[in-house]
Amino acid sequence: MAEYMAQGKQPEILFWVGCAGSFDDRAKKITKAFVKLLNKANIDFAVLGTEESCTGDPAKRAGNEFLFQMQAMTNIEVLNGYEIKKIVTACPHCFNTIKNEYPGLGGNYEIMHHTQFLKSLMEEGRLKVEGGKFKGKRITFHDPCYLGRANGEYEAPRELLQKLEVELVEMKRCKSRGLCCGAGGAQMFKEPEPGKKDINVERTEEALETAPKIIAAACPFCNTMMTDGVKAKHAEDNVQVLDVAEMIANAEDL
Amino acid sequence: MQYIPNILFIIALAAGVGYFTLNIRKIIRNIKLGHEVDASNHTSERWGNVVRIALGQSKMVVRPIPGLLHIIVYVGFIIINIEVLEIIIDGIFGTHRVLSTVLPIGLYNFLIASFEILALLVLVGVILFWTRRNIQKIKRFWANEMTGWPKNDANYILYFEMVLMILFLTMNAADQQLQTLGAAHYVEAGSYPVSKFIVPFFSNLSEATLIAIERGAWWLHILGILVFLNYLYFSKHLHIILAFPNVYFGKVVPKGKFKNLDSVTNEVKMMMDPNVDPFAAPAEGATEAPAKFGASDVTDLSRIQLLNAYTCTECGRCTSECPANITGKKLSPRKIMMDTRDRLEEIGKNIDKNGEFKPDGKQLLDDYITREELWACTTCNACVEACPVSIDPLSIIMDMRQYLVMEQSAAPTELNVSMTNIENNGAPWPYNQMDRLNWKDEN
Repeated sequence: MAEYMAQGKQPEILFWVGCAGSFDDRAKKITKAFVKLLNKANIDFAVLGTEESCTGDPAKRAGNEFLFQMQAMTNIEVLNGYEIKKIVTACPHCFNTIKNEYPGLGGNYEIMHHTQFLKSLMEEGRLKVEGGKFKGKRITFHDPCYLGRANGEYEAPRELLQKLEVELVEMKRCKSRGLCCGAGGAQMFKEPEPGKKDINVERTEEALETAPKIIAAACPFCNTMMTDGVKAKHAEDNVQVLDVAEMIANAEDL
Repeated sequence: MQYIPNILFIIALAAGVGYFTLNIRKIIRNIKLGHEVDASNHTSERWGNVVRIALGQSKMVVRPIPGLLHIIVYVGFIIINIEVLEIIIDGIFGTHRVLSTVLPIGLYNFLIASFEILALLVLVGVILFWTRRNIQKIKRFWANEMTGWPKNDANYILYFEMVLMILFLTMNAADQQLQTLGAAHYVEAGSYPVSKFIVPFFSNLSEATLIAIERGAWWLHILGILVFLNYLYFSKHLHIILAFPNVYFGKVVPKGKFKNLDSVTNEVKMMMDPNVDPFAAPAEGATEAPAKFGASDVTDLSRIQLLNAYTCTECGRCTSECPANITGKKLSPRKIMMDTRDRLEEIGKNIDKNGEFKPDGKQLLDDYITREELWACTTCNACVEACPVSIDPLSIIMDMRQYLVMEQSAAPTELNVSMTNIENNGAPWPYNQMDRLNWKDEN
């Protein structure tokens, strides 16, 4: 982004990569897949790179409002400094925090989840997606809480999957009643409390009941949780966990 | 002498309504122990919610069977109240079926007929509810927090409603037989599609016995209603009144939007502003003690959260959708609401007894809600989505987590580690911030 600024230009969007997308090996693949799609659609985009920092979501959900607001205000200073108008992110947690909690602290941006953005690109005809290798494949979609229930977006990822001409099968609990993967509320960063079962295993079992070839996700944390769940059920040879963006990129071997 | 029943009725009515009002005032006082919140915005959306969610029961029918049964009981309850109006007028003035003299007889007959049909439907609905609870033993009614009083309370309410409906139909049946006999005072009015099937049982009874049955059922019915009205305060059944204000005050922003604490904003702004003098004396008049961060007791919660607690009818839809609870963790959003109310009631009784609150060495945290429960939440909003009356258990969990973290530094160790990482290197994992863009050049 600094380079854009130095040239006196503004990109069409700022791609907010997020911590998982920057550091987690699995999530980095999602980042790269999404970038391939952006390039294919000739989107003029920038990233903050080393100037990006955690949005503060896990701190806030853990109850550390102080740390959250420190992170938020620092990020807002950077974003406002670059006069950012439009942000796209592949992480529903970053999306939710920037969309809902940054405006109250002085950060007002148009923010889209990557599935929403990809959908709009297709509607505008800037990105064409065809079934490719996923055509007719049995796929179930796991709703991320912070995209679905938290912000009411259930359709964008599903429409993308439909564009891939997959056979979309819904789990028993889906959309507004979708079961959490177990990562939210900073659970990703701690061991679960004692119980009968891990939440990601419960959710994976539900996904496997639909006998899918692929469990589609739209959140790097859900992705990790479901991947672990699939491993715990020893189903990794038959079932893949993929982000919707990865599927679109893979469909065309980008 | 002839006015004795009227006088007794007025006394009973005044006592019933009076005691109820007294307790409602207690509820209002207790709710006001919470801090004020501004809910003056989104007015049209709020009214829309009241119409859709409260009046329209839109969230109840997410589960079609109990949803439909509930609508029957709810519609029955509301419409049969017109009959209660007649009973009250009759009771005060010693009239009998007074509405039949003011309304066109066709309309009156129609009303009575619909009350009878609704009464039957309510009776069937309530019996099915009882069956679901006690025979079918649906899981959410048998959770850990549903033993003892909460379990009995739920059944008492169902028995109450069954008895009231049976009394109502018995009263009508006896009335019909008296009308047929041409008994004095019993005007010929009403249409009785349900209770006419009870009439044959009364065919051999004398007029005096019938009057005794009719009056007995009439009195027991209205006294039962007054007792039930007063039972509300002691039970989980307040939702029949509080659901409406509660839905009005429910969350109208996206569920993912958690409030930002202004007190923290001020601190952070001060920290980030190089022009602030850290040694400046507090402004004149700013003697207010710094507010506590988060909540450790019910008095730290907002009035809406406390209203939530009184509104909860312990249906357990929240708990049955909670991922933590489903997988056997201790957390149950319903228990969060029940605990909040129990603690608030305890504080209320303390105030009743001592005139003001005398510290009792207890609080909501630890004495009611354990840390293990709080830390099991994934903040997924399933409980908030599931609640048919817009209760937000998650907000209480969050406020209590804030207290644990910001007042007590008592987060689980692993969380402290990731929070330190966020502070130091801008990510919950210990990676160097300078490596953030490395993915660009990797394959």
